[in-house]
Amino acid sequence: MTTAWRNRKDRLASIVVRAIAFSTVGIVLAILASLLLEGRHVLSWEFLTQPPSDGMTEGGIFPAMFGTVCVTMLMILMALPLGVLAAIYLVEYAGRGRLARLIRAGVNNLAGIPSIVFGLFGLGFFVLFVGRGLDRLAGNELVFGQPAMLWAAATLAVLVLPVIIVATAEALTAVPRSHREAAFALGATRWQVVQRVVLPQAWSGILTGAILGVSRGAGETAPILFTGCAFYLPRLPVAHLTVPLIGVSIPMVNPLDQFMELSYHVFVMATQSADTTKTRPIQYGTAFVLVALTFALNLTAILLRTRLSRRVVRS
Amino acid sequence: MGEWLLEKFLLLNGIVALVLVALIFLFLFREAGQALARIPFSSWWGAAETDFDGNAVYVHMWQPNGSRPKYSLIPLLLGSFLVAIPAVLIAGTVGVATGIALAEVASRRTREFLKPIVELLAGIPTVVIGFFCLATLATVLQNFFHTTYRLNAIVGAFGVSFVVIPVIASLVDDALRAVPHSLREAAYGMGATRWETIVRVVLPAAVSGLTAALILGVGRALGETMIVLMATGNAAQVTLNPFVSVRTITATIAAELGSVPKDGDWYQSLFLVGAVLFTITFLLNLLAERVVDRMRRKLAL
Repeated sequence: MTTAWRNRKDRLASIVVRAIAFSTVGIVLAILASLLLEGRHVLSWEFLTQPPSDGMTEGGIFPAMFGTVCVTMLMILMALPLGVLAAIYLVEYAGRGRLARLIRAGVNNLAGIPSIVFGLFGLGFFVLFVGRGLDRLAGNELVFGQPAMLWAAATLAVLVLPVIIVATAEALTAVPRSHREAAFALGATRWQVVQRVVLPQAWSGILTGAILGVSRGAGETAPILFTGCAFYLPRLPVAHLTVPLIGVSIPMVNPLDQFMELSYHVFVMATQSADTTKTRPIQYGTAFVLVALTFALNLTAILLRTRLSRRVVRS
Repeated sequence: MGEWLLEKFLLLNGIVALVLVALIFLFLFREAGQALARIPFSSWWGAAETDFDGNAVYVHMWQPNGSRPKYSLIPLLLGSFLVAIPAVLIAGTVGVATGIALAEVASRRTREFLKPIVELLAGIPTVVIGFFCLATLATVLQNFFHTTYRLNAIVGAFGVSFVVIPVIASLVDDALRAVPHSLREAAYGMGATRWETIVRVVLPAAVSGLTAALILGVGRALGETMIVLMATGNAAQVTLNPFVSVRTITATIAAELGSVPKDGDWYQSLFLVGAVLFTITFLLNLLAERVVDRMRRKLAL
C-alpha cells in the first residue's frame, strides 16, 4: 500500500465517521422542524392558557401543563432529599463496606429498570398496596386506593432517584480531598466538613442533578399511565382548603386527585382521541411545548455543568 | 451523639434506595408467581385450538381477553426482538461512529458542538419521538419501503434507535477516552495514519467498552415503551418479517394494564410479562457490568 493511498483512506474514513456522527444533528433538527412546522398554527397565548374544548378537538393545553408542573414538583420534593442524603452517605460516610457496595449495586440496578416496570410497580405497590391499605386502616371508601397525583409523583420519584444520587455523588466526589483533609486537620467533625466544606462547593452539581431529574420526570409517560393520569378532566386538580376560624378558603393542589399531563396528552391525542387526523396540529403543538420545556431544563443543566467543570479545573 | 444519629439518618436514606429495588422485585415477582401458579405452564408457549374448518391446530397467540384466553409469550418476545435488533444495528452504527468522532476525529470545537446535541437527543421525551414516528416518519418510511402496514417494526426500530444512539455514543466516547495516550503515540511513532491507529490500536484496546455499550443498548431498546406503543401497530403476531405490525412486551403491558380488572389471570399475566422483561434487562445490565469490570482491570495493568 502506498502512502498516498493510505493518506487518502485516512481522509475518507474521517469524512465518513463525521458524516454519520452529524446524522444525530439531523435527527434532532428533523424532529424539531416537523414539530414546529406542523404545530406553529396552533401555538399561541390562548393555546397555553386555555383548557381543551369541543371534545378535545379545539382549545389549549393549560390543564396538561398545570398537571405536569404539579406532578414534577411533587416528585422532586420526594426524590431530592432522599437522593441527596443517600449520596452524601455513599460518598462521605460509607467507604468500601459491604452495605455500601450493596446500596451502590441497588442504585445501578434501579437505573437500568425499564420505565414500564415502574408503571407496574406504581400500580401494584403505591395504588393497590399502600393506597388500599391506607383506606382499609382508615375504614373509608376509596380515597387513597385509586390512581392519583400523589402516586404518580411517588412512582416518578423512584424512577429519578438514581439520576439524583449519581449526579450528587459526582458533585461530591469532584470536591478535592485536600479540602476535606484541611478541615479535618482543624478539628472539624465529619458533618461539619460535609456542611461547611463539601456542600458549598457541590451545590451547583446537585442542582444540575435536580434539573435533569425534573426534565426526566416531565418527559416520562409509561410510569404514570396507570398511576394518576387522566384523559380529560373538566377541572384542575385543585381543592379549596377552608382555614378554620378566619373562614378564608385557599386553593391548593390536591394530590389525591387525578390530573392531565403533557406527555400523556400527546399520547392520547395521537392515538385515542375521537378524530386523530383533525387534531394533528394540536398534537404537534403539544409535543413542541413538551420538547421546549425539557430542552430548556436540559440546556440549563448542561450550562451549569460546563461552568462547574471549568471551576473544578481551575481550582 | 448528634454525629452518630446523623450518620444513621443518612444511612437510612441509602437503605431506602435499596428497599425500593427490593420492593419492585418483590411486587413484580409476587404477582408473576401467582400467574405461574394459576395458568398452566404450557400456555406461555402456545395452545391447542380448532380452526374454522374444525381442524386441530397449535397456535402461539397472546389473546388474554377471549372466552378461551391465550397467553403465549412467543409473539411478544418476537415482537420485542424484531424491534430491538434492527434498532441496535442502526444505533450501533451511528452511535459508535459518533463516539469515534467525539473521542478521536473531531476538533475540540466540533466536539463542544456535537456533545451537547447528543445530550439534547437523549433528553427528548420518548413520547415525542413516538409521536414523530407515528405522524411523520411512518409516512416517509412507507413511501421508501412500500410496505403494506404503515406502522411496523421497522418504524419502531428507527424511533427506538434515536433513544439508543446517545446511550451508545457517550459510552463509546468514554471507553475510547480511557485508552492511554501512549498507545496512540506508539502507533503514530511507527508511521500509522490516524485511521489505522483508530482501527488497529484504539478500538481493539476499548473492545470491552464497545461491547458493554452495545449490550446496554439492547437492554434499553427492549425496555423502550412509548415509542413502540405508538409506532409498531400493536398487532401480536408470530412473524420474523420486520415490515409488518408487531406487538412488543412493553407495549402489551402499557396497552392492557389500564383496562384489566385488578385481580385475576389477565392482570397477573401482565406482571409475568413484566417480570420476563425485568429479568432480561437485569441480566443484560449484569453482563455489561462484568465486561466493563474486565476492561478496567485490563487497562489498569
